[in-house]
Order: sequence, then structure tokens, then C-alpha cells
Amino acid sequence: MALTNEYIQEQLVAKFGDQVTAFSTTFDILSFESPKEMNLKVLQFLYDEPSLGFTFLTDLCGVNYPDNIGGELVVVYHLHNFTENVRLRFSVATSIAQPDVFTASKLFESANWMERETFDFYGINFVGHSNLKRILNVDEMDYFPLRKEYPLEDQTRIDKDDEMFGRG
Amino acid sequence: MEANHNITLPEGSIEKQTTTLNFGPTHPATHGVFQNIMEVDGERVVSTVQTVGYIHRAFEKLAERRPLYQITPITDRLNYCSSPINNMGWHLTCEKFLNIQTPKRVDYLRVIIMELSRISDHLICNSIVGVDTGAYTGFLYVMQYRELIYEIYEEVCGSRLTTNIGRIGGFERNFTNAAFTKLEKFLNEYPKTLREFESLFTRNRIFMDRTQGTGGISAERAMNYGFTGPNLRAAGVDYDVRVQQPYSSYQDFNFTVPVGTTGDNYDRYLVRNAEMWESISIIRQAYEKVQAFKGTDADVYHADVPEYYLPKKEDVYTKMEALIWHFKIIMGEIELPKGQIYNAVEGGNGELGFYLISDGGRTPFRLHFRRPSFIYYQAYPELIKGGMISDAVVTMSSLNLIAGELDA
Amino acid sequence: MRPVRFNIHPKEAEISDAISMGIAPDGIPGDGFFATQLSSVVGLARKNSLWPLPFATSCCGIEFMATMASHYDLARFGSERVGFSPRQCDLLMVMGTIAKKMAPVLRQVYIQMAEPRWVIAVGACASSGGIFDTYSVLQGIDQVIPVDVYVPGCPPRPEAIIDGFMKVQDLVGQESIRRRNSEKYKALLNSYGIQ
Repeated sequence: MALTNEYIQEQLVAKFGDQVTAFSTTFDILSFESPKEMNLKVLQFLYDEPSLGFTFLTDLCGVNYPDNIGGELVVVYHLHNFTENVRLRFSVATSIAQPDVFTASKLFESANWMERETFDFYGINFVGHSNLKRILNVDEMDYFPLRKEYPLEDQTRIDKDDEMFGRG
Repeated sequence: MEANHNITLPEGSIEKQTTTLNFGPTHPATHGVFQNIMEVDGERVVSTVQTVGYIHRAFEKLAERRPLYQITPITDRLNYCSSPINNMGWHLTCEKFLNIQTPKRVDYLRVIIMELSRISDHLICNSIVGVDTGAYTGFLYVMQYRELIYEIYEEVCGSRLTTNIGRIGGFERNFTNAAFTKLEKFLNEYPKTLREFESLFTRNRIFMDRTQGTGGISAERAMNYGFTGPNLRAAGVDYDVRVQQPYSSYQDFNFTVPVGTTGDNYDRYLVRNAEMWESISIIRQAYEKVQAFKGTDADVYHADVPEYYLPKKEDVYTKMEALIWHFKIIMGEIELPKGQIYNAVEGGNGELGFYLISDGGRTPFRLHFRRPSFIYYQAYPELIKGGMISDAVVTMSSLNLIAGELDA
Repeated sequence: MRPVRFNIHPKEAEISDAISMGIAPDGIPGDGFFATQLSSVVGLARKNSLWPLPFATSCCGIEFMATMASHYDLARFGSERVGFSPRQCDLLMVMGTIAKKMAPVLRQVYIQMAEPRWVIAVGACASSGGIFDTYSVLQGIDQVIPVDVYVPGCPPRPEAIIDGFMKVQDLVGQESIRRRNSEKYKALLNSYGIQ
């Protein structure tokens, strides 16, 4: 039996009830959310359940929604089932005041650096990560650059005239 | 390793059985700037700590500032050995998001360019694996054909390396006869050179001894580490985005996906080599299909999307709507629809994914690149553990790590 | 046929008998001797045997590989041996974007080079930060080391890299022997904080 989005939704609702919410299908990929405490349980279920079998973590990234009070920082997992060729998107939201999310690096080795990158860019603290340090930026950087409140350019540069770039 | 020698070390010396060796970031054998601080016991590598980010250029933050067309030049600089694939991956993502259908001729021309860039990427990787084992000649033989591929790109888009090729909906100009002549020259002459290159390496005793049995990984570990592309296929999993989720009419082509067994350096070399032969066959098929379009069909090189494709200059100077569209496209004032999309293409290194979230503005709200090199470089300590330092060098080059893609 | 607008009357190269002579420095020729300034001789020798250190970080590095390959051959200019050790090289070719994380490494490599040393910044990113006006990219390597020649382009064509290299050769050929010990040069290095 082919793995359809409806079947995945049924299985998730059957297992987790109302903890999994906001089901939607965009461009053939089913997306859903859950509270951040449940993220490992959901990922483990999707990995172990034989009829679902999402054993490949394609991508892990963060998004900053500054207007979404209480859920400003979101971690998005993209999963893939190779044999049935089905993709899935799963997101958990956390507040900017206490951005703790359990790490998925015990389950998927590929999550290790992807979580470090998300920490580097957004400041999400992955609880249980073996080496949560900055990976792409300099270690001494004291802010999280991809948050919407910070600008793109380096504010200390003196040789570019912002007036000429329309930003003065 | 734990032998107790009768040596008294002076006060304050660090008593360690292993040597710390700094491999990079400026090193002739690292292709790009990576640093590995290795603990070596004699010549054997015990463990490694990697440092990346030496070329972090903040693509994702940059993309939040730019409308769609201005993001294409930054996708160029991801995997710069095969930049047309990155450009077309981005345009395919935009087209899927904006619900634009491209005509078949555009798809086939895109396939020709993408397979040429796949050949160019694998050529660099395989010839540099040769250089790292000490054989410089193969690199010089095949670079001639990379120059021919660059000339074909120049005929279409004007630039060699960071191509910014194509537009949303197709190409910026129709392929000229010169482009097709050069493509025919490539298809005629390149197979001989590839065979000559193979004869230097594939059954070469020294090359085989250097690369077999080093840097191997099993299929389960490779999948857990998020490997995709030739590295995963060398480990035994036949995952190819062109087959699983065909884009740009790949389903119309007849090709096989080469798969290895042990995932070591030799298998990776062989998989890339076989993929180059498959790419040549795909280009031949695509070329025949393109030639089958006759008459006015042969002039089609873009889809009809006035919101995203610049109108002809004659129309801009004479018609009002064309002038307005021209202005809006150049200034990037077209509003994107709301939504999110994840789209992937088969890059030279594996699944290159684009995760685009739009909230209705003129620029993306969030654009994330799923970069294959970043993800599989995590496995490097496990690949070289217990091997020699020189094997670590060959493993790094056979993984085809591109610094621009790694750090984004 | 594309209409050709440029170079329709190309200049003929001055080649007689398929041998073109290099230009000798000013001096007094004689029967079996040639008297000239020491700096001209030293400059002539140095400029035709520059050993570059390719500090290739990104896309410009691939164009450098194309320049080193047989089509655009940089070895004709005397740089047959590219070295990767700064102690043995004369010319630091910085190709590609230098991020702020990499800047101390670049500075360290420059400090390790022995005098006389020249620096060529290849590409827009090395010259001024290029298209990456972001928080993590150094806006030009001349923020950390003194640069002799800038080659614009993104990436510059191999012909442009060779043109930059030839300009460095001009600089090397005309450099005074005392330059590296002069007050002006010392002041330049001091302004970068390099002793």
C-alpha cells in the first residue's frame, strides 16, 4: 500500500492525539507541528514505525518569526522515506526567552552540525547536544545574526557609503 | 601505544602519546578552507576535530534582502564547480512555487546544461583525486574539456564559472548555432579523452592500492549521516533525485544510476566516472530531442510569464505594459505569493535543497539551502579513523567537498 | 555569424623569424658585456621567476586552476613551481572571499613570507568584499595586509589573472633595491601593525 499523506496524518493523530496540530499539505509535502517537548517522541515514532519508516533526515533549519509571541524561534525538520519516496515536514516552536529544544543528534547523526548551525544563527539551545558551539561564525561573536532584528551588513565598516546603497 | 618507556619528561611538558597535527586551513591538499586538528599516533590518525566557517558568506541572510532574480548569483557561488545546476535548481524551485510550466524544449536545453555541469564537477573531483595521489597528468588532459564546457556556457550566458544562467521560465537567449557546434565537438571528442583518463587511473596498480579500502562507510551509517549523491551511491544506496522526483523532464530520458558496494575512495571514483558516461548519454539523447523541434517550435526558449521574465526590448520601448513589467522585474517589486516550499535537485554532490518561506513580500522571508557538502563532512572523522594521514588527504578530496557549499 | 565590432584591425605582433626578443633594460652594451643598474638585473631575474603562493579560498581558485592548466598556462611566466609554503614564495595570490574568520590566518601567512614579497588580490571579494557586503566577510584584504595589484572580476577571466600577474612583473622589474629597507615601506607595514 502506498504511503499517502492521509495515512501519515491518521497514524500521527492516532498515536499523539491533539499534540500534533496544524496539518497542511503544500506542494505535495505534509507539514505539521507539535510542542517542543514532543519532538524526539515524534521523530522516534516516525523512524521506528514500520509502515512509516522516515529514516532519513534531509534538513534541519531554524526560522525566526518575530511577530509570533511565545513561538518566535521555530525548528523545522524535513524527513524523507526513500523506499516510498515521501517527504514530510515537522516543525516545533520555542520562545525566544527560553529557546531550549531537545537534540535529534542521538537519532540522526546528520543533525549534529545542522543543529550547531541553527544555534549559531538563531541561538536555539539544543539540550543534550555533545558539542553545541558556533560552527560558521567566529567564536567570539556575541549575537545571533540571522534573527530578524539584526542587520545584514557589518555596522563597523567605514569604507562603504550607505547613502550610495540606498540605506543611509 | 600504552608502552611505558623509561623516559623522564621535564616539568610542565604535555605527556601525550599522540601528536597534534594541524591540517589546514591553508594547505595544498584541502580543496577550500577547512581545518582539521588531528591527533596522530605516528602516521595513523586517531581522531580529528574539524573547523569550518572560514568562508562563511551569510548567503541565507543575504537572500532575505534580495528579490528572486538577485538570489541567482548567490546560488552560483554555492557549488561553484557546477554552478548551472545551482542556478537551475533555484529557478525550478521558483517555478514550482509560482506554478509556472516550462515548455519541453526549455526542459531539454536545461538538461543539456545541467549534465554538462555535472561532468565538469566530476572531472574536477576525479582529476584532483589523481593529483592528490601524485598523478598530475590526468588533471591537465581533462582540463582542456572543462575549457570547452566553459565555452558552451559562454555562448549561452556570457560567463565561464559563476554563470547566473537561465531565467525563471527558461533561458535569456536561444542557443546559437555556435553553441550547438561546440556541443557536437564536445560529444565527439570528449569520450576519447575520458577513456584515456580512465586508462591512466582505473586499473592503475598504484591508484588502486591507494584508494581501495580507505575512507569506507557502510550504507546504514551513510544514511544516518545524511549522505546523498555519489558518496551515498558508492556506499550502496541508489538514491538519485533525478529518478525519485524527476524535474525538468528527466523522466523522458533513459539512464542508469551507478551504485557501489563498500563506499571507499575507489568506489566513489568509479561511481563518478560511471556517472560521467551516463551524463554523456543523457546529453546525446537531449540533443537529439532538441533537434527534433522544427520551425517555430525551435524558437521557444522560455515560458510565457510576464511577471518574471523580462519582455523584449522592442516591446519595452513601445508598449506600456511591457515597460511596467520591465520596471517591476528589475526593481524587484513583484509580490510573491504566501507559502513555503522545499524543492531539491541532484547537484554534483548530492541533494541540493531549497527551502523557501514567503510571507507575501518582495523578498523571501526565509531561504535555507540544504547543502550536501556541509552534511556529509560531519562523517569525515569516522571515515579516516585508523587510517594513515595520506589516506586522510585522499579521502577528503574524493568526498568532493566544496568550501563555498560547505559554509554558505 | 555574429557581427564583430571590436578588434577588426588587430595589431600585428612584431615577430621576425618567429622569435620575439624581450626588452632589455637601459644600459651600455659592449663586446661581451652589458653594463646596467644592479636593480634592473635583479628585477629582470626576479620578475621572470616569481614563485606564487596560491591562497585559493573559493570560486576564483577554480579560475586559477584553469589558469595553471595547459590552456592558459601560467608557467610560461616563470611560475612553474607554485609553492604552498610561505617561506619559499615571493608572490601571495589571494583568490576568493576572505571571511573575518580567515583574516588572522591570512595575516599569519603574509608575516611568514620573506622579503621581497608581493601581494595580488584576485577577484572582487579579495579586493573589496565583492557582492558579499555582510557581517562575516572582510571587505577587502587591504584591511589586513598591504596589496600591490588588484584584479577585478567575479571571477576574473584567466586572461585577467595573467594580466594582473604581468602587472606584478612590471612592479617587480622596476623596484628599487633599497625599497624594502626604506622609511616609507616601514611606515606602510607599521600602519598594518606588521613589524
